[in-house]
Amino acid sequence: MPLVKGGKITADPLILVADEADIPGEGAILISAARFLGDAEALSLRAGRTAVIWPNNRDVDDLVPYLGRLAAVALVFPTFRDGRAYSQARLLRERHGFKGELRATGQVLRDQFVFMLRAGFDAFEVKKQSDAEAFAATVKRYSVFYQPTGDGRITALHRRMQLRHSESAGQ
Amino acid sequence: MYAYDELDRTIINERVSEFRDQVKRRLSGELTEDEFKMLRLQNGVYLQLHAYMFRVAIPYGTLSSKQLRALAHVARRYDRGYGHFTTRQNIQFNWIKLAELPDALADLAEVGIHAMQTSGNNTRNVTSDQWAGVAPGEVEDPRIWSELLRQYTTLHPEFSFLPRKFKFAITASDHDRAAIKVHDIGLRLYKNEAGETGFEVLVGGGLGRTPFIGKTIKPFVHGHDLLSYVEAILRVYNQYGRRDNIYKARIKILVHELGIEKFAKEVEEEWLQMRDSALAIDDSVIEDIRSRFSYPAYEKLPHMPEELKKAAHDPHFEAWRKNSVAPHKVTGYSIVTLSLKPVGGPPGDATADQMDAIADLADKYSFGEIRVGHEQNLALPHVARRDLPVLWKALDRIGVATPNVNLVSDIIACPGLDYCSLANARSIPIAQELTRRFANHETANMIGRLHVNISGCINACGHHHVGHIGILGVEKNGEEFYQITIGGRADEKAEVGTLIGPAVPYGEVADVVEDIVEAYLALRARPDELFIDTVKRLGVEPFKERVYATR
Amino acid sequence: MTSPLEQKKIRITGPSMVTANRTWDGVVIYRTASQSWSADLSDAAIVRTSDEARALLTESIADDIGAIGAYIAPVEIKDSGKIKPGNLREHIRSEGVTIDLPVPA
Repeated sequence: MPLVKGGKITADPLILVADEADIPGEGAILISAARFLGDAEALSLRAGRTAVIWPNNRDVDDLVPYLGRLAAVALVFPTFRDGRAYSQARLLRERHGFKGELRATGQVLRDQFVFMLRAGFDAFEVKKQSDAEAFAATVKRYSVFYQPTGDGRITALHRRMQLRHSESAGQ
Repeated sequence: MYAYDELDRTIINERVSEFRDQVKRRLSGELTEDEFKMLRLQNGVYLQLHAYMFRVAIPYGTLSSKQLRALAHVARRYDRGYGHFTTRQNIQFNWIKLAELPDALADLAEVGIHAMQTSGNNTRNVTSDQWAGVAPGEVEDPRIWSELLRQYTTLHPEFSFLPRKFKFAITASDHDRAAIKVHDIGLRLYKNEAGETGFEVLVGGGLGRTPFIGKTIKPFVHGHDLLSYVEAILRVYNQYGRRDNIYKARIKILVHELGIEKFAKEVEEEWLQMRDSALAIDDSVIEDIRSRFSYPAYEKLPHMPEELKKAAHDPHFEAWRKNSVAPHKVTGYSIVTLSLKPVGGPPGDATADQMDAIADLADKYSFGEIRVGHEQNLALPHVARRDLPVLWKALDRIGVATPNVNLVSDIIACPGLDYCSLANARSIPIAQELTRRFANHETANMIGRLHVNISGCINACGHHHVGHIGILGVEKNGEEFYQITIGGRADEKAEVGTLIGPAVPYGEVADVVEDIVEAYLALRARPDELFIDTVKRLGVEPFKERVYATR
Repeated sequence: MTSPLEQKKIRITGPSMVTANRTWDGVVIYRTASQSWSADLSDAAIVRTSDEARALLTESIADDIGAIGAYIAPVEIKDSGKIKPGNLREHIRSEGVTIDLPVPA
């Protein structure tokens, strides 16, 4: 499954480590929330970088204390229709100030890329190769946005008011 | 009328391009139906019995004449020459081809009409009072806030994949014509003692399988906090609404299962963390939106012009005027309702020719503006009283002047089994027969205000739960049967109706309604005691006895 | 006429067929015996056991590009062999709405 980051397909720097497998001493790993929470202090401080897959039916609050030490947080879309991870993403980015990689996993399809970016995701485990290849073009689909999110884009309302002020200022 | 600018039009156009691409990928097989279905729903495209159905948004029920002509064009060019106005102030076309939808959407985009989020598990059309901006006694125009909400909810990245659909309604009048108490979020606009504009916020109203009347979650939310508060509600719902069972996934179930106090607490906790965020609305924002609504330059006109005095001699005109014309907040003007419930006709339908004719009349007599009501009628909101006689003649010629507004033959009905793949039974022929039984205008007038609502299945798109008489189609052994309820209402005293007895077969429904009406006429305390009040006073027993005595 | 969209177990009680809607224009279609679709009910493949019905439905659903929403519906076979719709819902899908359209179709 191709990983898209920085707008293009890239190699995945994280290694997925199954719950039963041993944790390597170094290297960047991606582990389940259950495993991480079982030994959170140690795991968040290990030499290599640690990333956690957080389930979409659990509050992100339990992960918040460790955010500053995590390489990435992977959130889950079990089907593309299950939109809980959008709320989780916004909370992590906007309320808790998470600055690391926020990865979308699960059924990640082309037609949700723009929503995901706006919610704060910056890495995508894309289900279909063709969708991954179309990423750069797809995210250009929309240039106007009505509501504010943490992505810093100005809303239509405020753009409009800016235009108005600059018009009247120019008179 | 709200004027879309470059930015609004850009969003609509970008949406059309996106959908065009999605349709292409569906027809080529690159997208499976499972992947495509939610995408097409988000553009208002359903699959019905014989064809796709295309639901176009009419934000808070306001249309310009240009927009109405564009709807007529779509009906002619891409459909079978007519459209159906719905209980959520939208319009539906029943024969549209998927392959032609992007073109139909592009044509509509040229006049600022779209179909975004008219279906799917997202936030739907924000509906309001069809008399907004012109009703006497209104606090202020609720459409300004509806537009604010429309923008906020359109293509919201966090809330486009909710557990289930989500519907808003706003009213700013004491008499609620927007049915806010049966919406997921209902907003009652008012000014508090300090004179500040704000909202009573209700949540968890809804019809369908498990009807609920909305509960007040917060008695006053300041206008500045409306969007942040709504976001808090949506976020709690998005995270905790059930996703395991589509029949238990609406917010009304979450509110019911948690209890309103606990739910309110969850929302409050969330809200307090974000109320002073970018979503705080300041006055300049409201003013900007308000400034883009244009209002007519009303003339100073007399309340009783000569034209009206003369026309009073015509009993047909008078019958219509007394029924379909309502007072306007500006002296000398009136609000005219156009009945889309002709005798023998399917309720809420209009042909392309009728739409064009109404658009022309709107230009001549209503400053180019038309409204759509959730009772599936249209309205011309700015008619000078001196123009009423000449307008009436024109409306009568095109068949939209049946003087039955709010009477027993002003029926609200879903499309039913004739069109809809969810239906168990037909609703339109039942409505048609009822209009024939009650075609006599004097009789209907004598009966008085009586709302009949018909739904072809438990999804309740006909709002039968809140009908004075509610009719619900069910299936028994392959035959169409109908459950009858009475005593429902959708206004500020909203209530769910009560079943009067076992379901009756298709052929008997009209007889049953006649029996109910006869019972009412015999039992009412005075000629002006409304049906709904007689039911409230006496309960269902006397009606039940009358209906089932010989059945 | 309980919506077939609620069909979970496949159990037929008489002769049945598979029907769907054509993807590009939504027109009602019927699965034929030769792995294709026809808009004519008389071309429909008839199944008489639940196993046959299941098999026909499975291969119909796999044909995802041309048709959507496939489900099993009852038919009535007249003495003449003519296939008629087996319930009101299928009658409406095959013959059209039971009311007059506001303008001639």
